[in-house]
Amino acid sequence: MKFKIYRYNPDTDVSPYMQDYDLKFEAGDAMLLDALMMLREQDDSIGFRKSCREGVCGSDAMNINGRNGLACVTPLSTLKQPIEIRPLPGLPVIRDLIVDMSQFFKQYHSIKPYLVNNDPPPETERLQSPKDRAELDGLYECILCGCCTTSCPSFWWNPDKFVGPAGLLQAYRFIADTRDQATAERLDNLEDPYRLFRCHTIMNCVDVCPKELNPTEAIGKIKDMMVKRIV
Amino acid sequence: MLNRVVTGAHYGLRDWLAQRITAVVMVLFTVFVAVYLLLQPTVGYDVWTGLFADDVVRSFALLFLLSLFYHAWIGVRDIVMDYVKPASVRLLIHVAVILALLLYVIWSVQILWGV
Repeated sequence: MKFKIYRYNPDTDVSPYMQDYDLKFEAGDAMLLDALMMLREQDDSIGFRKSCREGVCGSDAMNINGRNGLACVTPLSTLKQPIEIRPLPGLPVIRDLIVDMSQFFKQYHSIKPYLVNNDPPPETERLQSPKDRAELDGLYECILCGCCTTSCPSFWWNPDKFVGPAGLLQAYRFIADTRDQATAERLDNLEDPYRLFRCHTIMNCVDVCPKELNPTEAIGKIKDMMVKRIV
Repeated sequence: MLNRVVTGAHYGLRDWLAQRITAVVMVLFTVFVAVYLLLQPTVGYDVWTGLFADDVVRSFALLFLLSLFYHAWIGVRDIVMDYVKPASVRLLIHVAVILALLLYVIWSVQILWGV
C-alpha cells in the first residue's frame, strides 16, 4: 500500500516535501488512521493528531487525496493509491499533518457559541417542545474538526474576517435555539460583508463534512431571517 | 497605524439581496428580447430600432442596464475584497469602478434616447 505524506518540521526543514511510504498491509475494512498508526511504527517522526479514532473528537482531520476528511472514518478501500495525505489547507502548519487551529477557533468563539438567556435559571432544565428541539438537529452534531472551513476558498482568502462554514453553522445553532434571547445581537454580529456574506454558496463545506451536516443550508436560513427582519 | 482586524460594516444583506433582485430583472429583460426577436420573421436594423422606439421598452432596457451595473458593482467589489489586501488600494479601485459605472449610466441613457 503506497502513501505520499506531507512532511515539514520547521526546526530542521527549509521547506515542506512529500515523502513516499510503502506499507505491507491487507486493508480489508480498516480505516486510514489504522494505516497511519502502522506507518508511525515504521517512522515515529510522522506528526498527526488523533484521539477517539471513531469520528467523534474531530482531531484527525486532514486532506486525503485532495479532499478534507477524518482519517478515522475514511475506509482505505475507497482510496486510490498512492494515497496522498496533506495537512488541512489554509491553516499554518505546526509540523507534518498538524495545523494551528487558532484562527478557526477564534472565528468560532466570535459567534458566542453558548446560550444567552438572562432569565433566572429554573429549578430544572430550560425545557423545549420536541418541535423546537428538532430545529437543532443537523446543527448540534458538529464536532469542529475544521474540514468544512478549511475547504472553503472564502476562508482561505479572508480567514481573519470570514467566520467560515463551521462557525456559521454554530451561529445558526444558537439563533435557532428557542431558549436563546440574543437573536437580534447574533444577526447584527453577522450582518457584515465579510463575516457572513463572503459565502458564495459553492458548497465545498457540504461536500466534505464527515458528519454529513449542511452549513450552506444554515447560512441560507440566517440570510432568510435577516431578510425577514428588514421587510 | 494600529493593525487590528475590523468588521461590522452592516451592509452585507442589502447588497446580497440587491444582487438577487437585479438578477431577476436581467433574466426578465433577456427573455423579453429573446422572445421578441424569435417571433420576428426577419431580424434587421429596422426591427431592432422599431423595438426601441417605444418608451416603455426604452425604460425597461434602462432598468435592465441599471440592474446590470449594480449587479456588476457588487460582483466586482466582492472580487476586490477577496484579492486586494491594502485598504487604500481597495478604496481606489472601488471609486474607479463606481465612477466608470456612473459614466455607463449616462452613456446608456444617451444611446437609448438618442437613436
